[in-house]
Amino acid sequence: MSIDTQTAAKVAKLARIKVEDDALPALANEFNTILGFIEQLNEVDVEGVEPMTSVTPQRLKRREDVVTDGDMQDKILANAPDAREGFFAVPKVVE
Amino acid sequence: MTDLNKLTLAEARDKLRAKEITSVELTEACLKAVDAADTLNAFVHKTPEIALQQAKAADARLAAGDAPAMCGLPVGIKDLFCTKGVASQAASRILEGFKPEYESTVTSKLFDAGSVMLGKLNMDEFAMGSSNETSVYGNAVNPWKVDDRQLTPGGSSGGSASAVAADLCLAATGTDTGGSIRQPCAFTGTVGIKPTYGRVSRWGIVAFASSLDQAGPMTKTVRDSAIMLGAMAGHDPKDSTSADLAVPDFEAMLTGDIRGKKIGIPKEYRLDGTPDEIVKLWDDGTAMLKDAGAQIVDISLPHTKYALPAYYVIAPAEASSNLARYDGVRYGRRAKLAAGDGITEMYEKTRAEGFGHEVQRRVMVGTYVLSAGFYDAYYNRARRVRALIKRDFDLAFEAGVDAILTPATPSAAFGLGEMSDEDPVKMYLNDVFTVTVNLAGLPGVSVPTGLDAQGLPLGLQLIGRPWEEGDLLNTAYALEQAAGFVAKPQRWW
Repeated sequence: MSIDTQTAAKVAKLARIKVEDDALPALANEFNTILGFIEQLNEVDVEGVEPMTSVTPQRLKRREDVVTDGDMQDKILANAPDAREGFFAVPKVVE
Repeated sequence: MTDLNKLTLAEARDKLRAKEITSVELTEACLKAVDAADTLNAFVHKTPEIALQQAKAADARLAAGDAPAMCGLPVGIKDLFCTKGVASQAASRILEGFKPEYESTVTSKLFDAGSVMLGKLNMDEFAMGSSNETSVYGNAVNPWKVDDRQLTPGGSSGGSASAVAADLCLAATGTDTGGSIRQPCAFTGTVGIKPTYGRVSRWGIVAFASSLDQAGPMTKTVRDSAIMLGAMAGHDPKDSTSADLAVPDFEAMLTGDIRGKKIGIPKEYRLDGTPDEIVKLWDDGTAMLKDAGAQIVDISLPHTKYALPAYYVIAPAEASSNLARYDGVRYGRRAKLAAGDGITEMYEKTRAEGFGHEVQRRVMVGTYVLSAGFYDAYYNRARRVRALIKRDFDLAFEAGVDAILTPATPSAAFGLGEMSDEDPVKMYLNDVFTVTVNLAGLPGVSVPTGLDAQGLPLGLQLIGRPWEEGDLLNTAYALEQAAGFVAKPQRWW
């Protein structure tokens, strides 16, 4: 599986990272190096092996479905690059 | 008294309890050492006011006879841990200016146990790297030096390793996703343990790959690791993967008696191209454990070879998901936008200028292996291989092996910048001996056991059974005693 500049551009778009057109060939090259390394996994016989979901055979704990936290709007907004009137502000989303 | 910063945790604790020294004196000695070591670029956010305030409080507790495990002991905190009101940037530009409104569980526990925080420590950006060269703060530098070159302290917990090795703090926190505690410890002649997955809460630690990340102590001795791990570990309802198991008194388990213990030597770790001195170090370590009364057995971990490729699917996949939260909306940096830019441009520009090159690369590799059409071929296959890697260890432990001895790294510390022209995979090979342990969720400890021909420290790794850090640390203690590693870097900074 080889990655071309078009695929690299698509991946960058999916990852929401702006990559200039002239940087795409080098990026595609790096992907190919890493994916070439990963291809070794195809040598392994994984027939009948379940994909690991949890490294420790523990059941995740559950708790009562109740509110345990909250009421701290100021703290939540304190680190926002742009907070207005109690909300996170972003550029216009809907035309 | 001079050079209080050179004490171990255990020595300083005993002197504090005996009222020979105060925490304020100890903390001032460390702060002075920190200020004189800016060349190492280990501390990136210093917190002297917090430190002195905590030291005074610790002295009051000591005077009142209430001295918990870490009371009055100055430590450094990796920048990956959220610390309330103190910059916590994961060494990334995208978290510039971020000051958490909350305290991570690990730092809360350390503070409850009386620890003093000297500041935040350098690291690779989002813990992605093996040389501390991807940090927005610039490189951390290894206090060990043999010629004109500045050497890497390893990564990602490079600042932690550098600070402990240079006696700037008595100990530090680290995190380990593929070797980020153990490799820097091996490069700096210090001791570090990655606990069993679930032993230490991940809450409040900036997430890289959630199924692999674990925090642990980085210290001057095995005893210190036992003391500090006890203070960091324990169940936390805020981390659903944290184990509801009692934390034993790890220090009390350090008897040094390993007679009859079965130590496995995995043949697959004897890689082609491993330098002779690493092989010799490993053979010497094996002989030391044998002399201490352990039984040495050859074992096989047949899927070892596939650990790194599996890791470089799973870790980027989880990272691409975890790092989706850095979008320029809720915290950290937002890119300057042009007229007419919408929300998509905001995301793309923010992430392009906020993430460094290695982080961008891993996020995109992760995005690719999770994308439609490739999920099964890459991600699910890697998780199957991971199950096989874990099974290799399960079988060894079922056969009666108590711990496994391997090299910690394939080389000693290398020069900063020496790997910059290599392809990324070359750098990834640094973690070849450590990454299996994260994939299998096991505890692993790095112990300094010798110097290479140039005079740089080398370490061996011991891998233990799940939840048996106490037994593992005891074996490490026996190895430490037999190796008698006492070399320290000569001060040049």
